[in-house]
Amino acid sequence: MFTFKDLTEIRPDEWVISPSYRSDMRLPVHIFASRKMLEQVLVDRSLEQAVNASTLPGLVGNVIVMPDVHQGYGFPIGGVAASLYPTGMISPGAIGYDINCGVRLLASTIKAELVSAYLGDLATAMNHFCPSGVGSEGLVRISSSDLEQVLRHGSRWALKKGYASEADLMRTEESGCIDGALPEKVSDHAKKRGLTQLGSLGSGNHFIEIDVVDEIFNPDAAAVMGLQFGCLVIQIHCGSRGLGHQICTDYVQQLQGAPRRYHYTLPDRELVCAPMDSTEGQAYLGAMRAAANFAFANRQMLAWSARRAFEEVFTGKVKNWQLHQVYDLAHNIGKIETHIIEGKELKVCVHRKGATRAFGPNTPGVPPEYAMIGQPVIIPGSMGTASWVLTGTNASMQKSFGSCCHGAGRLMSRAQAKRSVRGEVLIRELEQQGIHIKAGSLPGLAEETPAAYKDVDEVIKVVCDTGLAHKTARLKPLVVIKG
Amino acid sequence: MSAHPNHGVTEVSHTADLALRITAESLEQLFIKAAEGMYSLAGVKTDQSILSARQLIVSGIDPESLLVAFLSELLYLLEEEKIAFHYINLGISADSITCSITGSPVSQLQKSIKAVTFHNLKIQTTAEGYETTLVFDV
Repeated sequence: MFTFKDLTEIRPDEWVISPSYRSDMRLPVHIFASRKMLEQVLVDRSLEQAVNASTLPGLVGNVIVMPDVHQGYGFPIGGVAASLYPTGMISPGAIGYDINCGVRLLASTIKAELVSAYLGDLATAMNHFCPSGVGSEGLVRISSSDLEQVLRHGSRWALKKGYASEADLMRTEESGCIDGALPEKVSDHAKKRGLTQLGSLGSGNHFIEIDVVDEIFNPDAAAVMGLQFGCLVIQIHCGSRGLGHQICTDYVQQLQGAPRRYHYTLPDRELVCAPMDSTEGQAYLGAMRAAANFAFANRQMLAWSARRAFEEVFTGKVKNWQLHQVYDLAHNIGKIETHIIEGKELKVCVHRKGATRAFGPNTPGVPPEYAMIGQPVIIPGSMGTASWVLTGTNASMQKSFGSCCHGAGRLMSRAQAKRSVRGEVLIRELEQQGIHIKAGSLPGLAEETPAAYKDVDEVIKVVCDTGLAHKTARLKPLVVIKG
Repeated sequence: MSAHPNHGVTEVSHTADLALRITAESLEQLFIKAAEGMYSLAGVKTDQSILSARQLIVSGIDPESLLVAFLSELLYLLEEEKIAFHYINLGISADSITCSITGSPVSQLQKSIKAVTFHNLKIQTTAEGYETTLVFDV
């Protein structure tokens, strides 16, 4: 178990675990957290998992740990690591099973105070149009050839089919399609799961939330994003569903023999990896990109459904019910990017597992309209608490491979959360705060109680105080749809 | 041999995911108990008036990878075909499992399990048989 003696505070809220801590570490672990948050982190195995991640061959720079970190499997949730492209390793377990789990933010000009009487109807309509829950099936049945197109082209497929606009794609990470996807490297099992699940939310911590813009910190950035004080916005949090889970399962299994083939040892088999330029590495990279494209299309379909719900509820009641996209980004993914590391410009594969890309102003990859302010970074809070819209910074480019936190971060186990509150009680408490809830499962809802998570405001304070991001706006929840 | 009183499945605390500690008197029983534990975590209920029989073959490089491959295949059938298996007969070799399984359609599924992980996975022999701890991504 780690103690503060194992950590060196190099700057306020920035800590380092030296490679001398354990003989198999290849590089340092750099942690962004306040002392208070670290006290919580030291209770579970997050830092041990970050140290394990630092043993991966071919990594460069530091393993980065975000303030929302918590124990995961293999790699900690809230971790970032970069491996040299193309000879370095790619590790499916360091990206996670829900490939391209991410968040989309849509904004409106509807004043929340003028439509409070319709929020119940909106919750019902949203629940009706956006399939959610355990084993939920998607909005549309697609053919095998459509699925191939989704895997290859992501949101571009949705655009072609009328489920997206050009503006949606412009305001999506990678414009909603990562080049280099290889559908032929996706198993039949994964494809079968994908056929029925496109346009579905799923369950667990995935949600759709209608919020009000509660406070604006940077009026210029908010204006560029189209965020207006007091107006409704929507967050959609989900990923690649069973298709992505199956792809990760397949490749973690296939790579179990890789340590012997590539002559390395690991402290945890979940971290198995292969060189990116190997046949196995190329296959996983192609399949992972296909899953990422599926996830972009999935959130696009849900955005289309959310717009239908808004249209149904607000037509004739408000002048303009349109929802425009602010941004859509991934927080479980591996991306080939260029970063300055120890003074050298290097092409690397950045593994982000529970971490959001947070590129600064004028960085290639940021949509032109956001070039001056930096990329929008969407950080959902726990259910019933605030969410945040930030912008990426040049400091994040230097310190964290252009990455930031992804949420509040869990504190309690699911069993502990269920013991702390009953689903019915939680619904009542949230409704007393004026939040409408639609939940597929009451025990599932209890698992997501706000008390099970860290205080998102403290997480945001750390990423802003350490310069990884700047505040743009805070969002307050009004309607929550949980699977 | 009678079952050891402590053999079985217990849930282990994990911050975000779910974990099970499984003990059994034989490797085959360990695999079967792991499957039962996984179904229990998912809150599976079945309509046992309808029966469906299958043969499964999965491969791996050692007992741990066989266990993950076996459970992952059951998870796929649970999610995709909505079938859970209550009778499992296994033959385990060094690099494959052949099994005859009989199951029924799922009438209730409370929780989605994304995956069976290899996180710190080790099947250990003990004086009473075998034990392991499995972490499931949920």
